[in-house]
Amino acid sequence: MNRQYETVIGLEIHVELKTITKIFCSCPTAFGGEANTHVCPVCLGLPGVLPVFNEKVLEFAVKAGLALNCEIASFSKFDRKNYYYPDLPKNYQISQYDLPICRNGFLEINSGGGTKRIGITRVHMEEDAGKLLHGSSSIVTSGYSLVDLNRTGVPLIEIVSEPDLRSAEEARAYMEKLRSILEYLDVSDVKMEQGSLRCDANVSLRPLGTEGLGTKTEVKNMNSFRSLQRAVEYEAKRQREILEEGGRVIQETRSWDEERGVTVSLRSKEEAHDYRYFPDPDLVPIVIDPGWVAKLKASLPELPDARKERLVREMGLPEYDASIITGSRDLADYFDAVAAEFNEPKTVSNWLMGELLRLLNASGMEMRENKIAPADLAALLKLQASGAISGKMAKAVFEEMFATGKSPETIISEQGLAQISDEGALAAIVDKVIAGNPGPVADYKSGKEKAMGFLVGQVMKETKGQANPGLVNKLLKERL
Amino acid sequence: MRISVREVEHVAMLSRLELSAEEKQKYAETLSAILEYMEVLNQVDTGGVEPTAHVLPLKNVFREDRLEECLAKELALANAPEEEDGCFKVPRLV
Amino acid sequence: MSLTSLTAHELGELLNKREISSVELTKAYLRRIEEVDDQVRAFLTVTGDLALKQAAETDEKRARGEKLPPLAGIPMAMKDNMCTKGIKTTCASRILYNFIPPYDAAVTERLLAAGAVLLGKCNLDEFAMGSSTENSGFFATRNPHDLRAVPGGSSGGSAAAVAAGEAVFALGSDTGGSIRLPAAFCGVIGLKPTYGRVSRYGLVAYASSLDQIGPLTRDMRDCALVMNVIAGHDKRDSTSAPLEVPDYTRFLVDDVRGLKIGLPREYLGEGLDDEVRGWVKRAAETLEKLGAVCEEVSLPHTRYALPTYYIIAPAEASSNLARYDGVQYGLRVEAGDIVSMYSKTRSQGFGEEVKRRIMLGTYALSSGYYDAYYLKAMKVRTLVKRDFDLAFEKYDCLLTPTSPTPAFEAGEKTADPLTMYLSDVCTIPVNLAGIPALSIPFGLVGGRPVGVQLIGKAFDEGTLMRAGYALEQGTDLTRPRPVLERTVEE
Repeated sequence: MNRQYETVIGLEIHVELKTITKIFCSCPTAFGGEANTHVCPVCLGLPGVLPVFNEKVLEFAVKAGLALNCEIASFSKFDRKNYYYPDLPKNYQISQYDLPICRNGFLEINSGGGTKRIGITRVHMEEDAGKLLHGSSSIVTSGYSLVDLNRTGVPLIEIVSEPDLRSAEEARAYMEKLRSILEYLDVSDVKMEQGSLRCDANVSLRPLGTEGLGTKTEVKNMNSFRSLQRAVEYEAKRQREILEEGGRVIQETRSWDEERGVTVSLRSKEEAHDYRYFPDPDLVPIVIDPGWVAKLKASLPELPDARKERLVREMGLPEYDASIITGSRDLADYFDAVAAEFNEPKTVSNWLMGELLRLLNASGMEMRENKIAPADLAALLKLQASGAISGKMAKAVFEEMFATGKSPETIISEQGLAQISDEGALAAIVDKVIAGNPGPVADYKSGKEKAMGFLVGQVMKETKGQANPGLVNKLLKERL
Repeated sequence: MRISVREVEHVAMLSRLELSAEEKQKYAETLSAILEYMEVLNQVDTGGVEPTAHVLPLKNVFREDRLEECLAKELALANAPEEEDGCFKVPRLV
Repeated sequence: MSLTSLTAHELGELLNKREISSVELTKAYLRRIEEVDDQVRAFLTVTGDLALKQAAETDEKRARGEKLPPLAGIPMAMKDNMCTKGIKTTCASRILYNFIPPYDAAVTERLLAAGAVLLGKCNLDEFAMGSSTENSGFFATRNPHDLRAVPGGSSGGSAAAVAAGEAVFALGSDTGGSIRLPAAFCGVIGLKPTYGRVSRYGLVAYASSLDQIGPLTRDMRDCALVMNVIAGHDKRDSTSAPLEVPDYTRFLVDDVRGLKIGLPREYLGEGLDDEVRGWVKRAAETLEKLGAVCEEVSLPHTRYALPTYYIIAPAEASSNLARYDGVQYGLRVEAGDIVSMYSKTRSQGFGEEVKRRIMLGTYALSSGYYDAYYLKAMKVRTLVKRDFDLAFEKYDCLLTPTSPTPAFEAGEKTADPLTMYLSDVCTIPVNLAGIPALSIPFGLVGGRPVGVQLIGKAFDEGTLMRAGYALEQGTDLTRPRPVLERTVEE
């Protein structure tokens, strides 16, 4: 008999914070760089070194906690998580165990036409590990590895959700919402492909209607929102098939293989993990001043949900448009800037959602790489609204603006694209077309409406498409 | 014996130490004697006593988020047992 | 008196009067090392060329008429667990046999900036784990007062070097008595400062919540002069106290009138050598004669300090020593995969006692045992500290033996770790409480020096120096001359 199963998902998300320096030393956090050049004795974990905590990390972590509706701890500390791995120079990671900086928060996602609240268990601070390079072969088959410690000690926050997510779509929506909030806060680059936003998914199944949790697997190595969704979908399906065949899911860590579209078992280690957490004696406790937290809270920027509501309420945007526009802070800021100069919000959102996002996607660019100044886009929309250029022309000009960053006026004059709306100039061309096409003129006069289209087309041809079509129609009708 | 040879093996594995059979036996003996000596702590009533992780009442020791010079790459790699392409080279993971 | 038995302040005067040069002085010490170190074996590395270069620099400055700080041109030594840029720093462990730090420890920077001349790096029990300097991964150091005896540990090389005339002063580190025990055994002065008084930056960690660097010197004035250089806040050490440091020489006043001294009875009972007890009593009487008030006091949790220490220190050590894995520096034993490389490197690189403490600490932190061992020990630590807090409500300092016995025979305790651990029974409680303590020589037993320990309030090293200075001025018992020194001079 087939039972119905429910998928239960919890996400553990690691976010690299965009401080200038590392969490416990003064080396740069900058991405990339020649191997082992962003290091010092402290992040190398040389004998005798000691960590000193970067105050900006605390600020960013508390900001994130506040934006995620968390309680901020009044007393917090760092612990050592002990395990051996060649990308971890001290063979322990400085992290937080029983007293994380933030707890008990939530965020809301759109699901099934409504909103759903997803619990956030905790947010804690820790140091990132270095990178292992395996040459051209995989981690399993390579004969050796190379260790680059540039990333060692970059500050991370780990955001752990409750197992409140019920589908791959919800998992993706949660991750996208989280990214958007972190982007608004300006505490991280949130680039999944560069690893500044990383996600592990705990996936399990349980019979529908039951409360307990089934055996879970931890899925790692998803490098995009799409791969998160695919990986969770795949893993849920894999587990369902096991359960339906009467088998048992094994608790293990699995890695998402993007090319093959499957999760694979990371050979279960012969040892059970025993991290032997204990308070780091090299770092002193953190005692949080509630006044400081209140100040940080007051200084938080407007977050995506509030901004969306404002766009609906004040600008009259449809819910759908507002949620797309506010999905990214850069896009929302751009929208505001354009709308400030061209007061037709819906037209602006149509252009952003249609043309701009289309071109960005097609070229694989980020919003912040967009070259079109908001004032230039507003100017273009004004030209179109005044009838100075046609809609079709406006799109052509827009593409040129996107490619070159030039103003619409420059492009129009360079390419001679201005629409001919001068009655005198057009009248002469209309007269010439009437004189040169007696056949169609006769057809029209005998009631064949279609002939009018031909005559308009001839005028457009004469003007290389620059004639204002409404005006051409009007002039032809007057004369015939 | 407070700690068996099997437990010694487990602890040695967690500590990344390889021990001969003889060493395991010997460590089981000396560690057991030490752990037995520690039993005396069970006589102490620590109910309601806060643990001391730091003897000094220090808190909130922070550093400004300001760059300082990194170590020259040659120095970072100077002690490396094996090096390749500016990286520390290690044998395969599994 | 020869140059190799004078104190830093005495030598400083000679340098200032231009009666000697630092180069001459340094050569005298290098010669002394050559003469006696094959017997004492205090040094792991001698940096002769560098020392002569530093000495020449201070001589030049002095010749130009620059006013130099008190330790300028004075030859000294450091325990080989403090980082010295460009100079091998091994912690007496095979696992770091070739490690050359690319940076200086905070104390190295401060001493070099003060013009002190580094003669070399001294032997220790591997990673400072031991009480006799027999646990060195390279060779054992012997006691200059009696070459059959151990120098104490773990800073045995530093203490022996000062006693044998191989360095004017030295730095040691003290996690459970590692400055004070060898100071007592070798007949020199050793101070463990308050936790947080001297920066730990660059001190290779054994147990981070207990480790502290301090001086080993021939008299109290030198102790104060060295502290003036090394003490003080360091922003690279989060546990370094952000407090002003007094000029310690102002405590050398030879006046202890009205000073209230407690004699903790738990330190004077069972297990204490009778003659050692006699010397402690005589030290108390001496101080009373000089005007101090001595009274018996009780520190009831004293007996729990040793087991508490042997949970906390190994637990921290198991984590601190995890980094020695053959990846970035030090010994690597090649193997086909990373886990075997780790295990082979660590097994061959660490000595028996280090491995024992790593395993003990791993056990105490491991799943299922954390509460029973580590958490319990942290709570008992609170009680041990509280005993001292209460005593200091009434007393200015406490007087105890430094060690229950004088220096023991080499090899006597190596077979039984627990017996060895008991050597630190008088010194360990102080580290758990984070407070300062001074060991000062006071008498001899069978030709071997005895040390008495003065324990003070947090950041009140000054009172210890005042009491120590009074003992030094009031008796001729605080500067025992080692056999080696006598034979050389005769």
